[in-house]
Amino acid sequence: MDDIFGIPAPLLFGQLLLGLINGAFYAMLSLGLAVIFGLLNIVNLAHGAQFMMGAFAAWMLLAWGGIGYWWALLLAPIIVAVTGVILEKLFISRLYKLDHLYGLLLTFGLALIIEGIFRNEFGSSGLPYRIPPELSGAWDLGFMFLPIYRGWVVIAALVLCLATWLIIEKTRLGAYLRAATENAALVQAFGVNVPRMVTLTYGFGVALAAAAGVLAAPIYSVNPQMGSNLIIVVFAVVVIGGMGSILGSILTGFTLGVVEGLTKVFWPEASATVIFVIMAIVLVARPAGLFGRA
Amino acid sequence: MSATRRSLLAASVGATLMPGLPRLSRAQAANTIRIGVLNDQSGPYRDISGPYGIECTRQAVAEFGDKGFAVEVITADHQNKPDVGVNIARQWYDQGVDLILDVPTSSVGLAVNNVAREKNKAYINTGSATSDLTGAQCSPNTVHWMYDTYMLAKSTGGAMVKAGGDSWFFITADYAFGHALERDTGTFVKAAGGRVLGAVRYPFPATSDFSSFLVQAQASRAKVIGLANAGADTINSIKQAAEFGITRRGTKLAALLMFLPDVHALGLQTAQGLVLTESFYWDLNDRTRAVTQRLQPRLKDMKPNMASIANYSAALHYLKAVADMGIAASKASGVEVVNRMKALPCDDDAFGPGRIREDGRKLCPSYLFEVKTPAESKAPWDYYKLIQTTPAEEAFRPLNEGGCSLVRS
Repeated sequence: MDDIFGIPAPLLFGQLLLGLINGAFYAMLSLGLAVIFGLLNIVNLAHGAQFMMGAFAAWMLLAWGGIGYWWALLLAPIIVAVTGVILEKLFISRLYKLDHLYGLLLTFGLALIIEGIFRNEFGSSGLPYRIPPELSGAWDLGFMFLPIYRGWVVIAALVLCLATWLIIEKTRLGAYLRAATENAALVQAFGVNVPRMVTLTYGFGVALAAAAGVLAAPIYSVNPQMGSNLIIVVFAVVVIGGMGSILGSILTGFTLGVVEGLTKVFWPEASATVIFVIMAIVLVARPAGLFGRA
Repeated sequence: MSATRRSLLAASVGATLMPGLPRLSRAQAANTIRIGVLNDQSGPYRDISGPYGIECTRQAVAEFGDKGFAVEVITADHQNKPDVGVNIARQWYDQGVDLILDVPTSSVGLAVNNVAREKNKAYINTGSATSDLTGAQCSPNTVHWMYDTYMLAKSTGGAMVKAGGDSWFFITADYAFGHALERDTGTFVKAAGGRVLGAVRYPFPATSDFSSFLVQAQASRAKVIGLANAGADTINSIKQAAEFGITRRGTKLAALLMFLPDVHALGLQTAQGLVLTESFYWDLNDRTRAVTQRLQPRLKDMKPNMASIANYSAALHYLKAVADMGIAASKASGVEVVNRMKALPCDDDAFGPGRIREDGRKLCPSYLFEVKTPAESKAPWDYYKLIQTTPAEEAFRPLNEGGCSLVRS
């Protein structure tokens, strides 16, 4: 087959696909951040820690309760969301009237504490979590060998992202949420319990992070720093897409996954940096982000 | 909106500048030897030494007993960052720390090497792998303990080539350690008539997905994929190689640096059959089992590996040298303590008899292990089968080949 820029075409297609898979994680995580920021005006730096908690919850369910992957996919996000709701009630809800910076510092502190606790309990080298038997094995696509599990991750991420987008843009509940973002006092005057809605929204954003964590558990080492590696990149994704834009964060997540994937072929040393270079360019050219409203 | 973005950027900058410097608790006392254990206590290399390396050092101090001077062990987390490591090392040496011990992550290990020399203090590195510590960058203040990239390359790399793996592709952590391991292994592969088909260098420590690199490695049609990385990176690489069916289709993985906790984290199901090199295994012989049993109350449910227990072995030998030459003389000159350590023969339960060469290299045998299958493993932590031993005098790079300026030709 032909070469494209000196790289055999099959290899390049494979890398595009792998980029899309990593993009699925970026999309899920940045979506949760966008939802939380959109409604709560909180920059949730604990998001990476909550992603990690999702993976650990799946491991605990299996190791301590014998509960397998499929139930974990449902239960782990709920468990982690409950901890998120508690955090919101106890700490975060006190900061809504203050500058963004306070919420950011609080959630950053919470992330450090959570990661520290997990590191003390479980060490840093991680825990094994196996791919569920139904999803092990691989498809031979001709140009590459695609593990079934990776294909599943992309599908699951797309479904979750689209469902979230539909709920927020197309349902009555979503309409309340969007209205509360614009003018909370007015929505409350119509009899909607806005503080509860805010709490549940935070829980939902956290659940998205935890679901991504469960999806990640079989392919990455389940370890306490797995989220902190990812969170800074995800923030860059959110900044590029535009803070608070739901569709923007989904599209940007997948696109940047692909861009990063290609960088891994052409200039691997720069693959950790490329997203930040794009971020810098976007900030200069379009400060509100690609999909954000200025 | 823009305020948020700005604060977000400020926070990510703040996050990288966070570390505070640890402070010494008491004023300098003339009759106290201070050992500073500097390692990774919160990152990817924590489980390899970290808190366990500290406990092993404390065990050495306890076993050494009272020889007329007190020994204090202080600790810090260098977070795998050379600037953080150098700041702590400088402050420690200035405040009367006599020996810095451990220091994993070759980039940090090499940086602290310069500080020790500048301050004329003693430095024993047990954590970094780069063979440059006793080669081009060797120093009269430095001893390099139980392993290096040359020894790993010779044992694991040599065995893989002998078994028919004559074409290689490297997946390399893009910093001093990865480069040294790739270079040293490549030399062995070529010397044995093999070929290196390519290498990909990935950003450390910001990478957790290796699938792209594994697919590139596979596309090169190399028979062996050499993993020139360590810790969580190696675990992720092996896990994802299994996922992509790479080993099932005949390509061999060479985990050029792997420690016992890495195998534990992978689980035998995934790790079985891998070959790796360590200079210590807890279940190797009666002496290693005895020292492991003594350490167990401190390590709780972790077993020692060559990195954590090297702190025990090194601290014991250092204290022997201090007792031999007197506390005043050993505080006065790091070079003199290291010279005395080189003059005295080493012997302990962890590594057995050995010696320290003039370039600072501690000699010990290296062991090639194969990871057991789940069926072969009879007890928790029963992971390794010994398949080959390289004697101490042959395990490391010959003295005259390292380019160390301390070696008189």
